[in-house]
Amino acid sequence: MRPFDYIRPRDTAHAVTAATADPAAAFLAGGTTQVDLMKDGVLSPTTLIDITGLPLRGVTTQDGVLRVGALTTMEELAADPVITRRLPVVRESLLLAASAQLRNMATIGGNLLQRTRCRYFRDLSCACNKREPGSGCGALTGHHRMHAILGTSAQCIAVHASDLAVALVALDAVLSVLGADGERAIPLTEFYSTPGDTPGIENVLGHGELITSIQLPLLPEGTRSGYLKVRDRASYEFALASAAVALETKDGTVREARVALGGLATIPWRSRAAEDVLRGAPATMITFAAAAEAALDGATPHPGNAFKVELGQRTIVQALSRVAGSQVGDVPS
Amino acid sequence: MVRLRVNGTVREIDLEPRVTLLDALRERLGLTGTKKGCDQGACGACTVLADGKRVLSCLTLAVACEGRDITTIEGLSDDGDLHPVQRAFIARDAFQCGFCTPGQIMSAVALLAEGRAGSDAEIREFMSGNICRCGAYPNIVAAIRDVAEALGHAPV
Repeated sequence: MRPFDYIRPRDTAHAVTAATADPAAAFLAGGTTQVDLMKDGVLSPTTLIDITGLPLRGVTTQDGVLRVGALTTMEELAADPVITRRLPVVRESLLLAASAQLRNMATIGGNLLQRTRCRYFRDLSCACNKREPGSGCGALTGHHRMHAILGTSAQCIAVHASDLAVALVALDAVLSVLGADGERAIPLTEFYSTPGDTPGIENVLGHGELITSIQLPLLPEGTRSGYLKVRDRASYEFALASAAVALETKDGTVREARVALGGLATIPWRSRAAEDVLRGAPATMITFAAAAEAALDGATPHPGNAFKVELGQRTIVQALSRVAGSQVGDVPS
Repeated sequence: MVRLRVNGTVREIDLEPRVTLLDALRERLGLTGTKKGCDQGACGACTVLADGKRVLSCLTLAVACEGRDITTIEGLSDDGDLHPVQRAFIARDAFQCGFCTPGQIMSAVALLAEGRAGSDAEIREFMSGNICRCGAYPNIVAAIRDVAEALGHAPV
């Protein structure tokens, strides 16, 4: 790890001022991505601004909106009674991620900013347009079984690794961000950037801007939600495919639906196409299959991950049928 | 100078900010019970408790631990008497080479405090951050189950 200066800011304003003044500074929260990538030499900030002492921790609920402090840990949010009762999709996405140790360390703000697990990004000896613009992409012609089939470009097919972010884009979460010019709100669905020609730019956050909290609107009472994660190991593994879904049904008809995908895309992937198929349609397996097909329409698989198209579709169908439960009409034999 | 409180004792050491808690414990404080396995947050061998919560010392900077209460495997025994989880690991032969064992035990101590020992399946899920290359998992689960039952918070 390269040497760096370490500072503890007095307050959030000081943290933002210090970061803004130093283009090579980075924030340190749980450290599970930051310290890891600094060891590998992928990140080499000259100053680390340790924000863990700032009062940005805890969960409050007001007027149907959950406000989650950015430094709340994954375990703390998973244990929140309102999350448990009203937003099982969030709880499941948290508890199916990482390990208990990592969930005790990792913060919610940091989770949303975690970097890809792409081996070519993390290995300095490999070509990677995200790490070093213009150097090429080792994954395109290399090992890309885990890589993305949605939101890709000719420059980058690295998958976004977060489970929580998938649940939060499904729920229309909004970030509160503090920068040198003051505070602004960013809907999470508009936060992430697909790689395009600039894979190094992953979101709309400016240098020095600090996520202070996440606003999470509760789903209407009676809406059922869940997170399904498909992976190579039974636990402690990243997703090959995952789906965060929420359904509100009445008399066998879908009134409202939310679908977001993980493990399949370069960003946490909200599928409006799937939601459009579901809304107003009978809550049946035929509808779910049509929604799944719409969600993967336009996918761009490569030879090593072509299986993810069908796996993604099946993940969506299973997630929806599980959430719909006994309300499903024609269960396949 | 960095002030670290480890196993109830405050130690002051001169450290660069880039030194991890794991390296500070092993190389500077002589507490080599905490093991360096993968050194990248994937194996759990370096698990310690920070303010009672299990964390990975390989991804934690020592300087960021000022003001926190760190407990390592060396801090578990009480004046020479082994912790119940340590005794259960011996009774159940819950290791082979022993390299992952300190991390397994620290993680198990935290798991019991979290109330996550309700069934073998739950123990397996919430111990999944600790890898054992020898494959001693069945006996590790049995050891944790034994302690949970003795404490009266697990169904048989």
